[in-house]
Amino acid sequence: MPTVTMTVNGKAASAEVEARTLLVQFLRENLRLTGTHVGCDTSQCGACVVHVDGVSAKSCTMLALQADGAEVVTVEGLADGDALHPMQEAFRDNHGLQCGFCTPGMVMSAIDLVGRDPGASEADIREWLEGNICRCTGYHNIVKAIRQAAGAMGG
Amino acid sequence: MPDGATGTGIGAAVKRVEDRRFLTGRGNYVDDIDRPGQTHAHILRSPHAHARIAAIDTAAARAADGVVAVFTGEDMQVGGLPCGWLIHSEDGAPMHEPPHPALAQGKVRHVGDQVAVVIAETLEQARAAAELVEVDYEVLPAVMDMKAAEAGGPLLHEEIGTNKSYDWGLGDKAAVDAALDGSAHVVEIDIVNNRLIPNAMEPRAAVAEYNEANGEYTLYTTTQNPHVIRLLMGAFVLQIPEHKLRVIAPDVGGGFGSKVFLYAEETILTWAAPRVGRPIKWTAERSESFVTDCHGRDHVTNAKLGVDGDGKFTALKVETYANMGAYLSTFATSVPTYLYATLLAGVYTTPVIYANVKAIFTSTVPVDAYRGAGRPEATYLLERIVDKAARQTGIDPVELRRRNMIQPDAFPYQTPVALAYDSGDYQATLDTAQRLADVDGFAARRAASEAAGRKRGLGYSTYIEACGIAPSAVAGALGARAGLYESAEVRVHPTGMVTIFTGSHSHGQGHETTFAQLVSEQLGVPLEHIEINHGDTGNVQFGMGTYGSRSLAVGGEALVRAANKVIDKARKIAAHILEASAGDIEFENGTFTVAGTDRSMAFGEVALAAYVPHNFPHDELEPGLDESAFYDPANFTFPGGAHICEVEVDPETGVVSVERFTAVDDVGRVINPMIVEGQVHGGVAQGIGQALLEGCAYDAEGQLLTGSYMDYTMPRADNLPNFEVATETTLCAHNTLGVKGVGEVGAIGSPPAVVNAVVDALSDLGVTDISMPATPSRVWKAIQDARA
Repeated sequence: MPTVTMTVNGKAASAEVEARTLLVQFLRENLRLTGTHVGCDTSQCGACVVHVDGVSAKSCTMLALQADGAEVVTVEGLADGDALHPMQEAFRDNHGLQCGFCTPGMVMSAIDLVGRDPGASEADIREWLEGNICRCTGYHNIVKAIRQAAGAMGG
Repeated sequence: MPDGATGTGIGAAVKRVEDRRFLTGRGNYVDDIDRPGQTHAHILRSPHAHARIAAIDTAAARAADGVVAVFTGEDMQVGGLPCGWLIHSEDGAPMHEPPHPALAQGKVRHVGDQVAVVIAETLEQARAAAELVEVDYEVLPAVMDMKAAEAGGPLLHEEIGTNKSYDWGLGDKAAVDAALDGSAHVVEIDIVNNRLIPNAMEPRAAVAEYNEANGEYTLYTTTQNPHVIRLLMGAFVLQIPEHKLRVIAPDVGGGFGSKVFLYAEETILTWAAPRVGRPIKWTAERSESFVTDCHGRDHVTNAKLGVDGDGKFTALKVETYANMGAYLSTFATSVPTYLYATLLAGVYTTPVIYANVKAIFTSTVPVDAYRGAGRPEATYLLERIVDKAARQTGIDPVELRRRNMIQPDAFPYQTPVALAYDSGDYQATLDTAQRLADVDGFAARRAASEAAGRKRGLGYSTYIEACGIAPSAVAGALGARAGLYESAEVRVHPTGMVTIFTGSHSHGQGHETTFAQLVSEQLGVPLEHIEINHGDTGNVQFGMGTYGSRSLAVGGEALVRAANKVIDKARKIAAHILEASAGDIEFENGTFTVAGTDRSMAFGEVALAAYVPHNFPHDELEPGLDESAFYDPANFTFPGGAHICEVEVDPETGVVSVERFTAVDDVGRVINPMIVEGQVHGGVAQGIGQALLEGCAYDAEGQLLTGSYMDYTMPRADNLPNFEVATETTLCAHNTLGVKGVGEVGAIGSPPAVVNAVVDALSDLGVTDISMPATPSRVWKAIQDARA
């Protein structure tokens, strides 16, 4: 079996995996980082979004081996001790989550958006979130949270 | 009383206690749980909608790499999955209730039906081995069309001799027929309430294990009501004594009803656990969820509304075909009967109503409660026919609604369909909704749309629902096989910290915050000193779970009663220590004071004293401070409100855009307005989804055509507007909190507002009706048909 090595949330991670192992399996099963979720089998729901070399990616649609040598950040790697990342804080402030299942992917995706386009309009945010499905919130408070976080992140 | 927006008590928009763990990836969902020595299950499912199983050969699968066990229906000879609600047909006969096996017994009845379970060391091995199971199917014709299935043809369940479970009626048919005959106008409508697939974002999952040392089973499962799963599975299917079966529902990622029911997979795993001797885990793939999570709605209805010369409703007659799918799921039979026909008065004074409901088996996934459950179907029917009546009589749709509304001084109001509403002010919610929706500015907005080549419409829905399910006496009289009370325990620790044990279950609703707010205010204990424990039958004494917007109105009320008992006990302890009579002890802001003196004890001091009782009079005062209560409501609660939707339609493409959505709801007293608004947002999104986007489709052979997120349109962020949400409060008259429930109002009230808006937008083109979901192709075709 091939060996895959990457940096996850700032720590080196390495394991022998079957070549078909998905990045999300490596994170959840090998590293026990269960904050990254699997909500579908067609790459649509976005519950599995993580950052690979600073770019949001659906970890259910990527082999672990494709992330060999990469810097991966998951939802577990965002907060600085007790201090939440501004996007996490904004989701909490604005009730941008209910059941919490889509939340990790939603937060990771939103951080990437704000990084790319700090001045994203409400319409831009809604369009960007096409790849993240939430069944609980109706998106209203998610959009609100992302706009607030964009301000807090210097957008 | 409410300590307002700055505090943490009733009425405060407290940020949620549970959010930190979800936001940092520390939630604990069932699929996150791995047990030592765990095996993995894959369920082999029927690819056919209806087939006889001539033979199953599992030899090759059993011999495959890593396989621990393979079981079929022949191995698993246990009771069927029970249905919780007995309905009687109009002729008095009990419903037909054919067996619902967890693993198929000689026949499969829908695509996705369970045929065998393969348990292996790894999931990949289980899946690979399942490919080696040889099933010899004799394919039978699928039973798809409800009216054809009623008339005859192939039978799904031969032993009952029919495809109809029951043929039920409510109301005075003769009086309704007579009133319709004498009415100035009779408005008739044919309505399809489209079949929906709930799609909680967390797929269902289960981990089951058996401890040989003490004979105990533990099941981790994605359920909204762990105690009910324990009761149904233990007592009716597997005959496991309840004290030997522990059911744990940890963090659950959304439910919307679909995780209420006892499912085959969790039953199979629990049964198999002692046979395998190791823990077993199963997690649904999304494509499995589509063919196994109970679906919702799926009604075909004809209705007639009588209207007199003054625009007053005289009678309503409703005939509905309700799809049960292949088997009767846990609550399925109550949904199109007691949760549907009893709501057909709506907010109106219609004097006589009759409903007939035929429940039909088809070769499809079982249909059961989905957010609203019966009440959205009733509301959609009523609010569409009222709009049609407005067009037919030439009365403005708002005026027609107002003319027929139950007035605020008419409560309690007895409807002709069994329910007695306790409180409400439907004019007030409509007034506020019209103001917030800027109805006055609509004409100008419509003119601007016209100028841009688009059509703009405004649609109304004034609705009521019954929730706080349920008063056990009423439910029992109507066929419920269980009481539907709730229980709570308030355990005060010696430090003054409080743990609340509740039979309600939170899967997104924020109970850890709302319930803590209630008890914080009641006991005067800081919010952060209160912890909520739920979802574990090993910890919580009993519970009926969360569905039917019942958590606060039933579970919260039980909690208040338990906390009151704590106060009573603490008062006695304080009286003993302060050497006063209990009657002289006042309790305010967390302090017990001897009336008229400065002698007092803080709540925490009493808590400590309760557990270090050096000189308690033993025959009068027990040590400890831990009280529980069971609460069984006297009546349903009746949230209601007014939803107004404004849409723009591009007549060239048929694309409908929701421009504004205003929801003004009366949910009784609001404990946490932030959470209440969030519940309404989510419900409205699901309602707009039903109205415009979501539709489950099967082909004639019973193959599911909408079996993934590529085919079933889930509402995305760019399908929805921001929502204008407000509350207008009248208090529930029969619980001390005055609360009514909010979980389902959005999904119940919104669909007809959306469809009425689309029809309104296109009415000058001659369009009078559009079916849900009003997809671009349907809207475009309706426009073309009207023009032709």
